[in-house]
Amino acid sequence: MTTATRQAAAGLDVETLLRMYRQMAAIRLFEERVSDLYTRALMPGLAHLYIGEEAVAVGICEALRPDDYLTSTHRGHGHCLAKGAAPHLMFAELLGKEAGYCKGKGGSMHIADPATGNLGANAIVGGGAGIATGAAFSSKWLGTGRVAVCFFGEGALGQGVLYETMNLAQLWKLPVIYACENNLYNEYTHCSETTAGDMLARPAALGIAAERVDGQDVREVHAAASAIVERARRGEGPGFLLLDTYRYRGHHVGDVAREYYRPKQEEQRWMSERDPIALHGDWLVSEGLADRAALERIQSEVASEMDAAVEFAVKAPYPDPSTVDEDVYA
Amino acid sequence: MPETATALRELTFGEAIREALAEELRRDPRVVLLGEDVAEAGTAFKVLKGLVEEFGKDRVIDTPISEPGFTGLAVGAAMTGMRPVVDIMFGDFMALIMDQVANQAAKVHYMSGGKWKVPLVIRTTMGATRRSAAQHSQSLHAWPSHIPGLKVVVPSTPYDAKGLLKAAIRDDNPVVFFEDKISYAKVKGPVPAGDYTVPIGVADVKRLGRDITLVATSSMVQVALGAATMLEEVGISAEVVDPRTMWPLDETTLVESVRKTSRAMVVDEGYYRYGVTGEIASVIAENAFYDLDGPVRRLGARHVPVPFSPVLEDATVPTERDVFELARKMCNR
Ligand SMILES: Cc1ncc(C[n+]2csc(CCOP(=O)(O)OP(=O)(O)O)c2C)c(N)n1
Repeated sequence: MTTATRQAAAGLDVETLLRMYRQMAAIRLFEERVSDLYTRALMPGLAHLYIGEEAVAVGICEALRPDDYLTSTHRGHGHCLAKGAAPHLMFAELLGKEAGYCKGKGGSMHIADPATGNLGANAIVGGGAGIATGAAFSSKWLGTGRVAVCFFGEGALGQGVLYETMNLAQLWKLPVIYACENNLYNEYTHCSETTAGDMLARPAALGIAAERVDGQDVREVHAAASAIVERARRGEGPGFLLLDTYRYRGHHVGDVAREYYRPKQEEQRWMSERDPIALHGDWLVSEGLADRAALERIQSEVASEMDAAVEFAVKAPYPDPSTVDEDVYA
Repeated sequence: MPETATALRELTFGEAIREALAEELRRDPRVVLLGEDVAEAGTAFKVLKGLVEEFGKDRVIDTPISEPGFTGLAVGAAMTGMRPVVDIMFGDFMALIMDQVANQAAKVHYMSGGKWKVPLVIRTTMGATRRSAAQHSQSLHAWPSHIPGLKVVVPSTPYDAKGLLKAAIRDDNPVVFFEDKISYAKVKGPVPAGDYTVPIGVADVKRLGRDITLVATSSMVQVALGAATMLEEVGISAEVVDPRTMWPLDETTLVESVRKTSRAMVVDEGYYRYGVTGEIASVIAENAFYDLDGPVRRLGARHVPVPFSPVLEDATVPTERDVFELARKMCNR
């Protein structure tokens, strides 16, 4: 299939195309506010921003049903938002407030929300592999037709549990998609120094349907995801997407001096030539599906939404210290 | 202090550890460092900053994010002529490497009838209150301490950290070395510029006292010392004993102190249940029962996963005030 026919087959109506633009803008503006809150010492802990990678989460999550599952990572805000999380409850969690998704117990790296199928972000690299594969196992066992997406960075290719669970998934034809976000760096080390051989040869060795996708092209991500998700839903087995992408900022907000591990020009090149939001916006305009004013309107609507969400979270109360002992057991 | 140790400088806990590693890398070509982002990045905590520049990428080796893999590799390398020092970024990742540590490294010497040796050091971290939530905040030093065949070191001062790390690297057994993350930059102290070691298995009395013994480990040594100062103001003289190593455990020093003071409290940042405080309290009870004025008391991390929110997290770790109040109660003052 050509790119165009596959995108057509994925059923991209104008409404979906515009929603994808809005969702990407929402993630970007969410993360910019996270950076700001963090820098102003209003947000405790660590903040790993998803800026630059928005098309991956949005393209994939737009191909999912609301009741489909996902597991996320330390860089997880984008996945959670794309799957339908409410920004004000996310910000509240990031600030450790009672109103947050996890009552302040999880924080940035552990957003979980059963209502949107979010099994939880995970601060152990590769930590979602077992959980996502298990959700696919239960989907098959219970006959719910749900698909599970396991998001992880290319750094998780170092973790043995990933290969163990991929083997199980293929043996038992489980509806799970392994979404490998290759942003080129495991923390401060280039992936070429940590990854032998060909990334796609790994799922291929297990006979898992696998594809390399331009992770900056939201329509292409969506088309590839739609095909592989539906295949999994039909019971034809797991899939693996290798998504080429880039994180614009540091590994976390405090990682400012980065020249020792990646050149400024490389960052500039991705930002100016491969920005997922700009690329999709330009395409919408060139296809006559939106004009610049419409895109700007979306941006400013999302911005006010995010400002209101931040305000909610900043004003929200902290949990009562006595709640520390709650939720240890079910 | 040993004669070879010369000029004293003030170093942070992190600097003392770097200095120990640099000196051992210089002294013994079989020593190599392995771990994630240990080279140019100098680890996530920047503790190893500068080592790759001096020793090169053959000695300071960046690994993939494959903790069980490179730990297992280090066990094999240690058995066959090298002295690897493995860096496990967060103590929580002990959970990933436990098979290599507990079933391989710890067992090799014994199972081979003493024929193979595993001169391996696993450096890892511990300690909460960094708002890092449940998977990056645990103090799991009780885990390896439970396994025969492993030595476990928990230094609290820069002096001890340097001397104990050098001793660990020279030891022919697998040693798990826990470093408190908060102490890296916060705890400063005098450290000799030259070579010295601190023997593994010898406790240190950090403060002399008469009325109560506070046995404290790692991060909790500073807390106990702070509490001791507060207790002084209300007329209670507290002795602070730092075991420095979980195993071997210097029972003699602990028991002698308690015999003198007749009261004992154990403070540790590991989980309260089934952990370090329980073990040390029972050692004291078994050996100094008739010298005690009351039961040995314990303070440890609350028995919950470490929460993210500052207001919750702060309720999980013993504080100076907690130690102070409990000690007062124990002394009826
Ligand atoms: C098992 C484990 N080892 C190490 C870490 C520390 N760590 C956190 S993020 C990270 C790099 C992850 O790189 P990648 O998976 O590519 O994701 P990215 O940060 O690029 O999104 C590391 C090593 C961890 N959280 N879990």
